[in-house]
Amino acid sequence: MKYEAVIGLEVHVQLNTKSKMFTRVAYNYAAPPNSLTNPVIMGLPGTLPVMNKGAIEKTITVGLIFNCEIAKISKWDRKNYFYPDMPKNYQISQYDQPLCMGGEVEIELPGPSRNIMGKHRKVQLTRIHLEEDTGKSTHHTLDSTLDFNRSGTPLIEIVSEPDLYSGEEAFAYLTALRTNLMYIDISDCDMEKGQMRCDVNISVREVGVTELGVKVELKNLNTISGVRNGIEFEIERQIKVLENNEKIVQETRLWNAERGITVSMRSKEQAHDYRYFPDPDLMPVKIKKETIKRLSNQLPEMPFDKQRRFLEDYDLPYTITSVICPDKSLSDFFEATVSLYNKPQPIANLIANDLLRELSSAGTGGPLPLSECKIDPQHIASLARMVDEGVISKQVAQDIFIEIFSTGDVPEKVIEEKGLKQSSNTTELEVVCRDIIDNNPKPAEEFKAGKKNAINALKGQVMKATKGKANPKIIDEILRKLMVE
Amino acid sequence: MSDLFYKTAGELSGLLVKREISSWDLTQAVIERTKAVETKVNAFLSYNEAAALKQAKNSDERIARGESRGPLEGIPVGLKDIIAVNGEQLSCGSKILEKFNSPYDATSAINLKNAGAVLWGRLNMDEFAMGSSTENSAYQVTSNPWDIERIPGGSSGGSAASVAAGEAILSIGSDTGGSIRQPASFCGVVGLKPTYGLISRYGLVAYASSLDQIGPFARSVEDVAILLQAIASHDRLDSTSIKVDIPDYRTVLKQEDRRWKLGVPTEYFSDGLDKEVGVAIENAIKFFENNGCEIVNVSLPHTELAVPVYYIIATAEASSNLARYDGIRYSHRSDRAIDSIDLYFKSRAEGFGEEVKRRIILGTYVLSSGYYDAYYLRAQKVRTLIRQDFIKSFEKVDALLTPTSPTVAFKIGERSEDPLSMYLSDIYTISLNLAGLPGISVPCGFNSDKMPIGLQVIGKPYCEAEILAIAHKFERSHDFYKEHPKL
Repeated sequence: MKYEAVIGLEVHVQLNTKSKMFTRVAYNYAAPPNSLTNPVIMGLPGTLPVMNKGAIEKTITVGLIFNCEIAKISKWDRKNYFYPDMPKNYQISQYDQPLCMGGEVEIELPGPSRNIMGKHRKVQLTRIHLEEDTGKSTHHTLDSTLDFNRSGTPLIEIVSEPDLYSGEEAFAYLTALRTNLMYIDISDCDMEKGQMRCDVNISVREVGVTELGVKVELKNLNTISGVRNGIEFEIERQIKVLENNEKIVQETRLWNAERGITVSMRSKEQAHDYRYFPDPDLMPVKIKKETIKRLSNQLPEMPFDKQRRFLEDYDLPYTITSVICPDKSLSDFFEATVSLYNKPQPIANLIANDLLRELSSAGTGGPLPLSECKIDPQHIASLARMVDEGVISKQVAQDIFIEIFSTGDVPEKVIEEKGLKQSSNTTELEVVCRDIIDNNPKPAEEFKAGKKNAINALKGQVMKATKGKANPKIIDEILRKLMVE
Repeated sequence: MSDLFYKTAGELSGLLVKREISSWDLTQAVIERTKAVETKVNAFLSYNEAAALKQAKNSDERIARGESRGPLEGIPVGLKDIIAVNGEQLSCGSKILEKFNSPYDATSAINLKNAGAVLWGRLNMDEFAMGSSTENSAYQVTSNPWDIERIPGGSSGGSAASVAAGEAILSIGSDTGGSIRQPASFCGVVGLKPTYGLISRYGLVAYASSLDQIGPFARSVEDVAILLQAIASHDRLDSTSIKVDIPDYRTVLKQEDRRWKLGVPTEYFSDGLDKEVGVAIENAIKFFENNGCEIVNVSLPHTELAVPVYYIIATAEASSNLARYDGIRYSHRSDRAIDSIDLYFKSRAEGFGEEVKRRIILGTYVLSSGYYDAYYLRAQKVRTLIRQDFIKSFEKVDALLTPTSPTVAFKIGERSEDPLSMYLSDIYTISLNLAGLPGISVPCGFNSDKMPIGLQVIGKPYCEAEILAIAHKFERSHDFYKEHPKL
């Protein structure tokens, strides 16, 4: 019997608004426990929520990039349940009139190899709604502690249709979500900081059967690869259950990343009755056409569109576009550089290789953000131009890059000060080359005997002697001339 | 000046500005009066003489510098114990908040402070404003100053009784189904429930958010106007607060000659209306007719549905609003709990009284899946019909005249075992909360037991000025306001 899995994802994303969803307190992941509260956050008697307009607009923006239908009127509902980290014992959420309905997310599946583009597909969304986050409970051996800093932070929930069919697809979906959401700057989407959280609904059925199998909810998935691994394990587990002629239990299971297995948390025989009703403290939200128009006009070009354009207009290799395009600041940086010096390929190489390498070694706990580094498009444009014009060699360009990355000096200054200008002075270079041939008889002999590659060893020596300043083309010519003589 | 405590704010503010009296003297007189009668009335859950006198001193200094903040400067105003004042107790008449002091000010408290008022005491109430007699307070039973064996009405019983007894010049209460107007009527004082949205609810502990509204108590319509002026304001901390132009209520009172068109809803004069109350209201209606007003019979056909609709909507909202009292952060925590779920059960079981539990259970039930459509959703639809009844009748008239309550104040204990008969004392007031309309109760006579009777004037949305003027016209032509209970 052949089986297939059907998967739906509920993804929560914290919005990076200046203040919380219903009151003017900021949120900051690293703040000391319970320092970011006020009477509203603590649910003190008599306090009332006031809607954060910025959060509404950010949510609409998310809806727009995923082609959702934006509600004309949306409203707030109370989701009632008791939990110690929820100060009011109800969560303000959206039940039957979410801000965004429908929509789709374009994903890219893994290609046959890293440098070949994979298949693209659109995953259908059910809805996107806005709500407030809860606080955080930490359970110790004898007691539990509560931190209400996170409480009241705006949170969007992006619900997909059961339209994903493997761990790999879920991985691609989450990656696409993250890339897109970071593009419009609504969240940093850091799963480890809880800025993006994912619950998975997963069921398995025989191929050919149309109705869905019994659903299992998967939680505790703290990384994007964790989601993929958890799903892959769970598919296998469910297939084994079916193959043994047993029944899948509808339940919630936790992914244990260390052991690589899922463990039952609770069975869901009875659905929770959240007693949703419209929140009488908040007015329904009317969304004006002008607002949608204004927000649409502010949308950036989205990553996959950008990648298609970069491939076509700049003729860049797929691998490089797949490095540059998912990062908006990097691709903006690239285009700013190209506008200064129109040689996209060497510029893309400098950015995708040298710049990214330096950024990742300069940062502590993650790469240094581009905005904090001292390199600007002018630096890279100058380097590329000088390589093209033969002023410096590629090797020197790389060395200079490392230097200006830490100093922020213009490349011209470094070349001047260190005398790194490429030498094309044939007379001077001839002296050096003759010296190298005399001192390295073995490769010279080999070359003369017909082993043409041997010349590379000599070239290397010349480069070393000239500290990389020699023009490699001219050295090649001189060495050949001298050895043929 | 021994009877300073029975003067009105209007009179007192004149004396204060002319510096014939000081706020210190006035506050002292109110304190002494309170100490003298409080053993009989029991209107206050707590009061702080030193804090009140300190505010009085500040007022006197401002007046001396010529910096009076207006007609409330130096006037002692009592507050129902459901309105947050920074640093003061906020128990809502409940054991579950017995040890809770508010760390912040309600917007109306800030408005009162800005108006120079002397905030005076925490007034008794039915627990979380659920009740019509103040017998549901977890702490004490307040007496009606006109007959201490009777209830003062509720839920703002302390607010009404304190003003009637001269223990405060003015007071603030809250009205969810009649909790200002009914006790005002029972205690022979004036009480106004403003249009929903006129006064910020920020800092008013929620019972039923879509119905709750803060409002003033006083011994004259003019004083109600003065107090309303101070607390009405748009507030960005309350999303249901409305931006409207607020008139000068005190000046628009003087429309004695205006020929009002007044409606009398026939449904409000059916069975259940006490005979003597009915006669007093008929007389009031005749007064208007004899003084240039046109009386029109109108119909509010959905009136009989108001009480059941109210008890669905109010309890549904209450079940959610009161969920926060869970023993985790600031409310009463049971020390007998064996685990976290048990902590909820025991803390709430110990902290809430019978009526609160009854309403939480009812509200939880009507919101439950499978019942929501039949109860809550349907109640909201009927609520719309009730509102439309009023809108229709207001096409023909400026305001409506009705009894405030079907009876006078009843005896302590008389209805406490029978919640349904208690609920019926609000039948004439509840519809206004459902429709969001303003209503004022003004004394219109006494029954044969010398118990006060109240006339309710119902206005169009944001037409507080009109109903104040109508009530004022009636009040100034009668002597009821001159009478005080003998304590």
